Amino acid sequence: MAVLVTGSTKVICQGITGAFGALHTRGCLHYGTRMAGGVTPGKGGTKDENGLPIFDTVKAAVDATGAEATMIFVPPPFAGDAILEAIDAGLTVICAITEGVPVQDMVRVRALLDEHNRLADAGTPGLKRVTLIGPNCPGVITPGPKTGGGTGAGDPYTSSGCKIGIMPGYIHTHVSQARRGKAVGIVSRSGTLTYEAVWQTSSLGLGQSTCIGIGGDPVRGMNFVDALRLFQNDPETSGILMIGEIGGSDEEAAAAFAKASVRKPMAAFIAGRTAPPGRRMGHAGAIISGGEGGAESKIEALKAAGMVIAETPAHMGEAMAKAMGL
Amino acid sequence: MIETIEDAAGAYRDVTGKAGAPLAVVKAQVHAGGRGKAGFVRLVKSVDEATQAARFMLSNRMVSPQTPPGGLEVKRLLLAAGVDIAKEFYLAVTTDRSTNRNILIASAEGGVEIEEVAKRNPAAILKEALHPLAGMHPHQARRLAYTLGFKGKTVHAAASAMQALARVYVERDCALAEINPLVLTPPTAAHPDGQVLAIDAKFNFDDNAMFRQERIKAMFDPTEENEHEMRAGKFGLNYIALEGNIGCLVNGAGLAMATMDTIKHFGGRPANFLDVGGGATEEAVTEGFRIILSDEAVKGVLVNIFGGIMRCDIIAQAIVNAAKEVGFTVPLVVRLEGTNVDAGRRLLNEARGAIPTMQAATDLADGARKVCAAVGG
Repeated sequence: MAVLVTGSTKVICQGITGAFGALHTRGCLHYGTRMAGGVTPGKGGTKDENGLPIFDTVKAAVDATGAEATMIFVPPPFAGDAILEAIDAGLTVICAITEGVPVQDMVRVRALLDEHNRLADAGTPGLKRVTLIGPNCPGVITPGPKTGGGTGAGDPYTSSGCKIGIMPGYIHTHVSQARRGKAVGIVSRSGTLTYEAVWQTSSLGLGQSTCIGIGGDPVRGMNFVDALRLFQNDPETSGILMIGEIGGSDEEAAAAFAKASVRKPMAAFIAGRTAPPGRRMGHAGAIISGGEGGAESKIEALKAAGMVIAETPAHMGEAMAKAMGL
Repeated sequence: MIETIEDAAGAYRDVTGKAGAPLAVVKAQVHAGGRGKAGFVRLVKSVDEATQAARFMLSNRMVSPQTPPGGLEVKRLLLAAGVDIAKEFYLAVTTDRSTNRNILIASAEGGVEIEEVAKRNPAAILKEALHPLAGMHPHQARRLAYTLGFKGKTVHAAASAMQALARVYVERDCALAEINPLVLTPPTAAHPDGQVLAIDAKFNFDDNAMFRQERIKAMFDPTEENEHEMRAGKFGLNYIALEGNIGCLVNGAGLAMATMDTIKHFGGRPANFLDVGGGATEEAVTEGFRIILSDEAVKGVLVNIFGGIMRCDIIAQAIVNAAKEVGFTVPLVVRLEGTNVDAGRRLLNEARGAIPTMQAATDLADGARKVCAAVGG
């Protein structure tokens, strides 16, 4: 099972001819993701270095390949429009990797996305609910069992995994190859902290069902609550590890949701206990302002919701194992 | 606007002469709030008082909760005619993260810090969500103006100020657009309902949008910024100076924050936040080491890398470069994991003789423990 994406999900890359788009399209292909093509306006009809077809528009790419998901590497000034183009073309999972999208662009994108999903939920013919992940995120990965070396498209690392984004694939473990025979779901606002958490859980003999990097921007698509809901309903997910940071109040919202609706073991880490107020700590959304968004109130809320708190990022895996009674 | 103490007298005569009353205000022009409490906004009633105020502000650094600990140098002062005030209001537009919408915040308790009002009397703060595409509708602004207690002709004036603030917030890609205070003046023969005036304002901008805000970008004043932070920014590094003695070099903002937290957990004090990001070159990372080592407070350095896009061998090569060029006279603890970790460790092993203060760490906790022990209490 897993959530959002599986080994059969067909994926395209918007911005496939840019340096990062090309690099990570190759990385995903080598991991075993079913990359179906890419989009760069003006380069339609050509092929990328891997032989994948390139299209001028997302609509053309979806019509020709039957893709369901996209990863966006389009530069910040155009990324908001790229997300809207993906929604318009009928894609259902959109990973916006781009860092540096203006907040006001995302305010407009969110308004249109929410309206789209309201119409889709009301049963409007032809409209499907869209999940936006990011922007400013590492993407999403559903690990598959390791079956190859990951040296090329002909020798993928896994034959049934799906990696959409920039995370290193090899640190992840499929439940079938995990010593303890259990998988956890991981959701995080930070890329490298997710890798750290994946590494630690893998080292402790746990697999991962799906790992979702929701991104470090203040206005974004998917949130902790959305991820918790998906993991709660996924039979393959035996525990949930959530990694938050200072800024905003999404962790508090997640705590309230978890208390009411999550019945699985949960652990959490919050970054930024030592961050000075009023400074943006790298991520656009990581700022304590107006007395709101500090680490301690988040930690208290998550504790009260029954989560095991990792005191340092070096203890995220242990906290997860402890919550699961391992 | 004046820049010297000598100009204060002339400016005072000028503004009070035009206004026909002796009351004027002297305000320091710096990119930080909290000026009133710090003594950098003063009411003056004579040439002498104006000159005294200017002398104080131009010869002292302003320290407030919103400035760096060392304060900010004040280079410019604004002199303006004093205004009689009947009532003060607060107006601001910002983006509400929990609803993903821009909101207008208004309060009839203006002139003080809004955070204080929020704590003391949350009911006194009005919030109005703005449509992401349509902006603020006239009827929304009018309703707020009536609720705030404006009457007669001032309702229109206050509503116009709100709509203008909402418009400029979006058009100029602000992160905060604040008028505090917005004042109502006492009634006069010419203005029987009083007048609505914006007395002070503060704007924060979205860094991500500066590519389309040339005029805002042109107002950037590098002299108010931390020199190390500016240098780092030129290389695409995210650096924030702190007050501890353990320098950190990390990839990823979340991991960089978490590394600081871990150092603190083991009893140390981080000297900086430094996220080298995913796409940094060897040259950029080397510059990162130069910046850390140029901070005299730094008594030890922790490198914590979990390579995703960032390759461990790039970090290792930058360590070797920095060792050659600047030299690590202080203890250096390195934790490498992730992409190209073997190549990175090999490079460091070969250079071990040239970097005697270097220790390897097996994981983040081990690294933090080692650097804290090396630096000592």
